[in-house]
Amino acid sequence: MGSVIRIVLQRLALGLVTLLIVSAVIFGAVNLLPGDFAQAVLGQSATPEAVAAIRTQLGLDQPLPVRYAQWLWDAARGDLGVSFAQANFASFTGRVDPSATVLAQIGPRFANTMFLAGVTAAIAVPLAVGLGILAALWRDTAFDKGANIATLSSISSPEFFVAYILILLFAVVNPVLPSLSNIFPGMSFGERLEKTLLPALTLTLVVTAHMMRMTRAAILNLMAQPYIEMARLKGMRPLRVIWRHALPNALAPIVNVVALNLAYLVTGVVVVEVVFVYPGIGQLFVDSVKLRDIPVVQACCLIFAAAYILLNLTADILSIISNPRLRHPK
Amino acid sequence: MSLWIWLLGALAAIAALAWLGLWAARRLSGNAPRYRDMSYGVAFGYALALAAIAAGVWLWMKPGAVYFRWAVMGFAVCAVAAFLFRLAGRHLGPERLKRQFRKMPLTAAFGILVILIYAFVAIFAAWIAPHGQEAVLGAANVVPGGDPAMGGDPAFPLGTDRIGRDILSRLIYGAQNTVGLAFATTLLAFFLGGSLGLLAAVVGGWLDQVLSRGVDVLMAIPSLIFALLLLTIASVWADGARGLLTFYMVLIIAVIDSTRVFRLARSVGIGIVVMDYVEAAKLRGEGMGHLVFREILPNAMAPLLAEFGLRFCFVFLTIASLSFLGVGIQPPLADWGTMVRDLAQFINFAAFAPMVALAPLLPALAIAILTVGVNFVVDWMLHRASGLKS
Repeated sequence: MGSVIRIVLQRLALGLVTLLIVSAVIFGAVNLLPGDFAQAVLGQSATPEAVAAIRTQLGLDQPLPVRYAQWLWDAARGDLGVSFAQANFASFTGRVDPSATVLAQIGPRFANTMFLAGVTAAIAVPLAVGLGILAALWRDTAFDKGANIATLSSISSPEFFVAYILILLFAVVNPVLPSLSNIFPGMSFGERLEKTLLPALTLTLVVTAHMMRMTRAAILNLMAQPYIEMARLKGMRPLRVIWRHALPNALAPIVNVVALNLAYLVTGVVVVEVVFVYPGIGQLFVDSVKLRDIPVVQACCLIFAAAYILLNLTADILSIISNPRLRHPK
Repeated sequence: MSLWIWLLGALAAIAALAWLGLWAARRLSGNAPRYRDMSYGVAFGYALALAAIAAGVWLWMKPGAVYFRWAVMGFAVCAVAAFLFRLAGRHLGPERLKRQFRKMPLTAAFGILVILIYAFVAIFAAWIAPHGQEAVLGAANVVPGGDPAMGGDPAFPLGTDRIGRDILSRLIYGAQNTVGLAFATTLLAFFLGGSLGLLAAVVGGWLDQVLSRGVDVLMAIPSLIFALLLLTIASVWADGARGLLTFYMVLIIAVIDSTRVFRLARSVGIGIVVMDYVEAAKLRGEGMGHLVFREILPNAMAPLLAEFGLRFCFVFLTIASLSFLGVGIQPPLADWGTMVRDLAQFINFAAFAPMVALAPLLPALAIAILTVGVNFVVDWMLHRASGLKS
């Protein structure tokens, strides 16, 4: 058992190092910009004196490594800087308006995005595993072939195509769900769920396909094993064979795929949030990209990357824990 | 809430139908082995299929379900076209080609047909399109369908957009711009990732370590997010020059996607480097270029080709998504992602005139059909290469 803890700790450390390097890449990429923040903020009205004043104010006259360390230290303490789009830089010399900090902008939106991802996962994971088991049970039947075509099609469609078809069917032609997810604080849970349902369904369709294919493949991989043959020969029913013998052994790859797909959700969320005008972090990210609001872009990028690394790490650790062969590397 | 009750009720009804059907079949057939040994799961499957067919027929009959009928008809047209194409392939052309078509599944035939049509449209866009891609033609917001009573115009079979550009022409030019740029990006990604990956495999040592760790770091950032970050920076660099921004986008996506190609090329290359014929070539004193391009590349071609198809789909979807978000291919060029975003508002009027919804859905459909087609072909190629039957 001790070795498991050691491996998990090793992986965690590795993930932390990765995150550190990724943050350096993000910081470095932004500093490739010609000119600097001060010029970008002031735009047309950049007199040399004003630029110099802001440079000292923001510490931009420091060398790059010092600025990176400062940024990282602030980020670790939750201070992600001030949004260009929100800050009124004329009054920046005084105190910072609390609503202009990146953290104040991201905070509530982050919660919304987590809610959307949570609802999606709650629908998609049981659905995908269930359908995957059925496809394995009824393999090479019309159901299996139909599922194959349907899942390949939904993997290959862009998210916005699925989203607009769902809007067309469930919001315009049969108005049962709202097509715009205008979520605001103080909403009841039921109302929130209703507004989130359409984006969540879109993401579900995109993510389920991949998870279902992998579940089917993982179970079918095991079907040639001697113990499955044995179970079948002693007269067990097919569904019971899968449930009792195949599924527990296929759990490791399935859990792995679930975690990887949740990591994929992180990117899928961006497009879907824009389609449904869902007030999440993805929409903020795209808006900031268009406004060139660099502190927000940096922070969003860092959050997305952290979520992605964390989920990949989880997949890694879960597959090690569930597979004794990986627990004792030669 | 009532939706859930309906769903549960339908499930219970199907379960009851399966049980009843199995019981009746056993009774009527005098307990024939086929029904005696059928498990309840299989019977449930049949009942489910029956219910699905019944629901389909009911939807088809319903007067309001225009889109369902269109979808079914579209699916049928695709299937028939693929079937005819396969039939033609089996009886026309040289013997080698005929043999390829003989064992091809319908899905793969469909994929090849789609790729051929898209390539044709993309290459000859300037001759096929009735109008220019930037031409503003007076009448704005013309409804697709060409029916004057519904707000259409026979001169514009698919209507015009908000500033009066012909949607059909823009769709056709979109094949050239979107698919062409995606293809160029994929080629660039393959050139970069493939040559560096094979080089890392041949040279090994510190070069391999440096490149691999670098790729690991780049791959730790989700690709769409990273592309958006770099595009922000590129947009500051390009400073409003739209052509330049599109060029930067191609470069950025090529670099991000080349990391995935690098991984594959390196792992395939490492397997080949240890072969005897590579050793022999080394002993002959061949240079690095000869080793990579004459000895290793031809033997790594099959997996790389399959990867090319998949990578193209990813690049294509990424470019479409970026354009949809408004930071990809820039306006004067017609492109499908941007078209979806610009025409999206039309979807709200679909309840009054079903044709209106076609305007934003057609470019999205064009994207989906191409990626589905390429995926089908790649699926078939991988299946054939692995020799697996299930």
